[in-house]
Amino acid sequence: MLRFLAFLFAVSSFASAAQSAETWPETLAASRGQTVFFNAWAGDPRINAYIEWAAEEVMKRYRVNLRHAKLNATSEAVSRVVAEKAAGKISGGTVDLIWINGENFAAMKQNGLLYGPWVERLPNWRYVDPVEQPAVATDFTVPVEGMEAPWSLAQIVFVYDEAHLAKPPRSAKALLGWAEANPGRFTYPHVNNFLGTTFLKQVLYEVTSDVAELSRPASKDNFQKATEPLWSYLERLHPQLWRRGQAFPENGPAQRRLLADGEIDLYVSYNPAEASLSIASGDLPATARSVIWERGTIGNASFLAIPFNANARAGAMVAADFLLSPEAQAKKQDPRVWGVSTVLSLKRLEADQRRRFVELPVGIATLSPEELGQALAEPHPTWMVKIAEAWKRRYNR
Amino acid sequence: MLGLAPALTLLLFLAPVAAGLIGTWLPAFGYLPALGGQELTLAPWRALFASPGLSSAIRLTLTTGLFATTLSLMLALGLCMSLHGSRPFRLMRRLIPPLLATPHAAFALGLVFLIGPSGWIVRALSPWATGWTRPPDLLIVQDPWGMALVAGLVLKEVPYLILMILAALNQLKAEQTLAVARSLGYGPIAAWLKAVLPGLYPQIRLPIYAVLTFSFSVVDMAIILAPNTPPPLAVEVVSWFNDRDLAMTFQAAAGATLLLALVLGAIFLWVVAERLVASLSRPWLSAGSRGGSGRGARIAAFGLAVVLLGVSLVNLLGMALWSFASLWRFPHALPAGLSLAAWANALPGLLRPGWTTLAVGIAASVLALVLVLACLENEERKRLRPGMGVLWLLYAPLLLPQAAFLFGAQVLLVLIGLDASLPAVVWFHLFFVLPYVFLSLSDPWRTLDERYQRTALCLGAAPFKVFWRIKLPMLLRPVLFALAVGFAVSVAQYLPTLFAGGGRWPSLTTEAVTLSAGGDRRLIGVYAFSQSLLPLLGFTLAMMLPVWVFRHRRALARVE
Repeated sequence: MLRFLAFLFAVSSFASAAQSAETWPETLAASRGQTVFFNAWAGDPRINAYIEWAAEEVMKRYRVNLRHAKLNATSEAVSRVVAEKAAGKISGGTVDLIWINGENFAAMKQNGLLYGPWVERLPNWRYVDPVEQPAVATDFTVPVEGMEAPWSLAQIVFVYDEAHLAKPPRSAKALLGWAEANPGRFTYPHVNNFLGTTFLKQVLYEVTSDVAELSRPASKDNFQKATEPLWSYLERLHPQLWRRGQAFPENGPAQRRLLADGEIDLYVSYNPAEASLSIASGDLPATARSVIWERGTIGNASFLAIPFNANARAGAMVAADFLLSPEAQAKKQDPRVWGVSTVLSLKRLEADQRRRFVELPVGIATLSPEELGQALAEPHPTWMVKIAEAWKRRYNR
Repeated sequence: MLGLAPALTLLLFLAPVAAGLIGTWLPAFGYLPALGGQELTLAPWRALFASPGLSSAIRLTLTTGLFATTLSLMLALGLCMSLHGSRPFRLMRRLIPPLLATPHAAFALGLVFLIGPSGWIVRALSPWATGWTRPPDLLIVQDPWGMALVAGLVLKEVPYLILMILAALNQLKAEQTLAVARSLGYGPIAAWLKAVLPGLYPQIRLPIYAVLTFSFSVVDMAIILAPNTPPPLAVEVVSWFNDRDLAMTFQAAAGATLLLALVLGAIFLWVVAERLVASLSRPWLSAGSRGGSGRGARIAAFGLAVVLLGVSLVNLLGMALWSFASLWRFPHALPAGLSLAAWANALPGLLRPGWTTLAVGIAASVLALVLVLACLENEERKRLRPGMGVLWLLYAPLLLPQAAFLFGAQVLLVLIGLDASLPAVVWFHLFFVLPYVFLSLSDPWRTLDERYQRTALCLGAAPFKVFWRIKLPMLLRPVLFALAVGFAVSVAQYLPTLFAGGGRWPSLTTEAVTLSAGGDRRLIGVYAFSQSLLPLLGFTLAMMLPVWVFRHRRALARVE
């Protein structure tokens, strides 16, 4: 939004994200009393409540005032930082910390909009093991290189109501067959929402002929060839969707409401604990369950990054460190709170810290780690961008 | 000092609008040096016209905007002409402020729950009447024709237009005109159409154009009610401005300019239609036919008023009920139980946006009131008669689509170092609050019997003292009402809060819109309800405060 500032300050100057030799106690000292604007997608009340909790904790412990700047889409914050850079605002920026991954991270990193590397300076980084969990080292195939701190691991599951659907489809092909037999009972989020494009990528994995191509950047040639089967799949699927594919839910939680109201029988989620959480909160009936596809589902890590011109850099690092702490991570993994998996390596934790994770209840509708299996890697971020564009060209009629 | 008031007022709120327009037009033609746009080019327009679904977005904007405006005007006029002066009408008049007070986003959310396929109406009728044990797969909300959006707009715009019509009727002394026409044998409807409407219409012309603009450029309601493959142009433009790909800025600016052109074109079309209707109806107006008793129209209008009011009130009730529901599954007509859990969960998060909303609303409406009072006082002391031109200027922010100048207006904020600050949010709200405060206050102020102040002046009171001791107390009721109107307008603002606040000053409205797409209807209920509660409190205070202040002065304390 603020990019119009650009127009006033014709020349942009380039900030050097110069690495200071600050020690952690110095960072802590500098952070006291800072207000950190944490720009994070705010479409799910549970996530907002967790951030609220974290804000109280960092205030209590570090006197850092963490404020949730609520976004409808992460790109809003990215565009604000770009605008500030274009306007020559190289310090005192309005975004201090940002919840990010995939194409937004790629765009910011490529355009020099990030501060860093800073992640390995965090005291809690010692609990992260990039060898054991490679998803924290590459973000949609793009190397992280210490420019963003890992926050959560997520994997696609499909949520359904056992009372209405005994045998949920477990592949793209089965989904299409089931939808044809049960028209109007399935939908997926609009491509403006990350979950919408993620669903399309999941289908692409199963219908494309050369999966290896997806880890390379999408170009005109390989995109055309690789996505051809996806579009013919959608041509058949869309007429069978909820509202005959003429309207799409805005995001994940909107689908949850549709299932709760009985308008659909099945929806895609990026949180393996989604079904258990929703049962506990009364959003879904006790018969809700989750399932993954036979050939596996896409998973990824999401991260926290600091823009190059952040106003409260020290405070942002302190907040990120707290969010990476075993305590905050265990709370986040609690299926009664948020339910997404930790990025920490349990092997690296001390016994009492490990217990926090081991003793977490497993929800009735959550699949075990064995059932979830190894997640499929996210394609290169260019695929997501191009798929959304091509989708709009086809279906924005 | 006072003499500067009009100039200051116009500068404070028109300069940013003008800067905003220019700051949008230049990038629309490729000029934005910081992003590499050094020369004027038509490339942004080519990109705009190549964007997928643009023609549908334009069609959707045009049809919903024109249809909603026409329908709202016809309903408002129809209700006023057939029910004016009757008892149900007086009741309706009381109910209008709370209806106007409900912010658009909250209202849209309530409507989705009311009329949607799994909404309250279907629940109340299922399964006993419909046979549905699961919601039908019907495209009722987000329908490709945008009819749900039209319904939402109409329900919000009819009360507004009625209020404007009533204000104009007071000025026109319509009662006397009607009495004369009736004594000449004209039926009630014919008397209205022939004797009142021709004089009334010019008085409500600007509010109608404001409704037209609003219908074309609404974003918060459209996000909730309009289809999204593609959405209306205003929604598209805002999402382009927020795109991470900066090259989209140019396309977004071109889209915003196109939206402005559409609005201006629609106003022009409307003016042409006005002329056409006027000249076509002239023979009929003077032909002398007296018309019937209007009994049928009266009954129909009464039924219509009940439906309109009923839908709006049930809408609010539904949201309130959801906020207290424990479990409420389809097809149950009522929740399985009541609980305070949603309120308890939401309250911590509600406080900050609540305070922001309150602070900005009070600041903007008080500031607007001070400016308006200064202008009116200046006008009276200098015996000025402001012409139509000033009124147009005052209305300018309401006649331009918000998306067409808010982005550019931010430039000004940065220039003076105010971006993403609370004063900036107050300032942006002022653009929209001030016209409404002026409209609510100018008539009562101008029609106050001049002899009161003349007497006071003759007794030796200074003009300032006359203002404080005579006029302000006598006009306390309209002054407080204008404040309440201003406050309600401020609470409802979505885009201005977003742009001026840079994401740092969430209000109840921005929070409600962010949550609206999400799943938890109980939480949405909490937000929608508290969002409506604040303006309602404002109106209640405006109504009750004079009663208390004037408890020893019976004539002034009378509730109208």
